[in-house]
Amino acid sequence: MNRFLLPLSIFIVVVVFLGIGLKLNPREIPSPLVGKAAPDFSQPQLFEPTKVFSPGDMKGKVWLLNFWASWCSGCKTEHPVLMDLAKSGEVPIYGMDYKDQRDEAMTWLSRWGNPYPVVGVDDAGRVGINYGVYGVPETYVIDKQGVIRYKQIGPLDPDTVEKKIIPLVKQLEAQ
Amino acid sequence: MNMKWITLIVMAFLSGPVWAGEARPLADDPAAEARLKHLAVELRCLVCQNQTLADSNAPLAEDLRREVREMIAKNMSDQEIIEFLTARYGDFVLYRPPLKATTTLLWVGPFVLVIIGATVLIITLRRRAGKVVEVPVTEDEHRRVEQLLAEGGKRP
Repeated sequence: MNRFLLPLSIFIVVVVFLGIGLKLNPREIPSPLVGKAAPDFSQPQLFEPTKVFSPGDMKGKVWLLNFWASWCSGCKTEHPVLMDLAKSGEVPIYGMDYKDQRDEAMTWLSRWGNPYPVVGVDDAGRVGINYGVYGVPETYVIDKQGVIRYKQIGPLDPDTVEKKIIPLVKQLEAQ
Repeated sequence: MNMKWITLIVMAFLSGPVWAGEARPLADDPAAEARLKHLAVELRCLVCQNQTLADSNAPLAEDLRREVREMIAKNMSDQEIIEFLTARYGDFVLYRPPLKATTTLLWVGPFVLVIIGATVLIITLRRRAGKVVEVPVTEDEHRRVEQLLAEGGKRP
């Protein structure tokens, strides 16, 4: 009996570790920017290229910054969720059109709906690099002081919005 | 006639670089390019995670190479460039994770496992050595062995 106890326990430990490893998503890299000030930028707006969009305009508000692109399939998946969230009025979602063609981006928004009050244009992907974006869509929750509080990698789904984003926004707004 | 052939051959060789579009020269300064190469093999592409920034053709890798190239042009040190990237993408961007509180297990783990393995091996070998007991053979048994050996050949 004792002879099998040790190999069996080692086996169970290995299985547990491998099981945990299987559940982890290697695409989700923890961002060092959570808890830090949102990097500043000043980008032309998508619909009014003469105007700029900058996170400084958002001081004192809790808001979401959503990196998206018309070429990104995950953004299409995420889009209805953003539309619902925008309609609910819980939190404003500002867009950043990441490495995209301006006309295609505008067509995309007019076809599927525009959840953003303002969309910035990041055609060279530099704002994306400053925010540590490595795969659109990515969404940042930014608080009243302009600090990043949460980063969503990949599409937002209704569950994440309900269980993570909205409670976090409410908590940040109460501060 | 001869001249025509030479021109043709020369033109054939010259046409090579025209369609070799993939390996375009990246910067005019070979020293900067060497530094980029040296840095890029140490950095991980975030999109195709098992490729280095040097190997990857992902658009993000291209952008990051451009960013690194610009930083090299600004005369920033390797240290500063790596800090720029880790501030945005975390230690994950490094192929050699730094020794930190969170990475101690990663660095020390293999050595701990070797020590555990060696200890178990030594203990097992010692225990086994202790188990081998000398069995004295009596005079009677000796005779019986000799007898059996002598008979052994006769058996079918």
